[in-house]
Amino acid sequence: MKPLQLPSVIVALLLALASGLAFAQANLEIDTPAIRALTDAMKARHTELTPFYESGAVGQAASGTLALRDAALVPLPQRGRVNGLVAAENADRAALYREIARANGHPEWEADIRATFAQRFSARAPDGWWVEGASGWVRKK
Amino acid sequence: MTPVAAMGNGMKAVNKIVWATGMAGVLTACVTINIYFPAAAAEKAADRVIDEVWQIEKDSAPPAAKPGDKPAGDKPAGKGEAL
Repeated sequence: MKPLQLPSVIVALLLALASGLAFAQANLEIDTPAIRALTDAMKARHTELTPFYESGAVGQAASGTLALRDAALVPLPQRGRVNGLVAAENADRAALYREIARANGHPEWEADIRATFAQRFSARAPDGWWVEGASGWVRKK
Repeated sequence: MTPVAAMGNGMKAVNKIVWATGMAGVLTACVTINIYFPAAAAEKAADRVIDEVWQIEKDSAPPAAKPGDKPAGDKPAGKGEAL
């Protein structure tokens, strides 16, 4: 009996280690039809949004969404259009965060994924764009 | 009870404790897997999506624009790049 016990202890310890390590290296799944449909729509919309990012009318908000910061910067005839673009982009971004969490089998990760995207959208925004940080809106430079 | 037999009992108790610790480790690992959010993997995934949506070219992406990134490793420039 005794000779059997030590090896089984070692096996138990190795199992505990290996199961933790295997997971730490995983990548997140972002290549599903639902996610691709969302990113394609966002990509198509991006060229229309760029002028508003550059003028400062629209900024990257802290919640991983877009915000119409200053409607006065948008010429009157385009205000309806920019509102529609921002609303559509925000709906797609919300769906994207939810879909990535679901595609990875963890719907409860949605808020973490949203926070990660918010941070990356802000960090990756080019100079001149407005981003919302902990202390309010700032223009990147 | 001979001293040898007493020692045998002591060893058994120690083995039991080690076994219990091992099992506790396995259970903890299982729980950890369920609650652990892979922050680094999520960041990579977000960057891939942003590259795609904002159509940022890989070559022009400034690494310096990513605060909090790991400092550039000691990966030397490929030998093929030297004249």
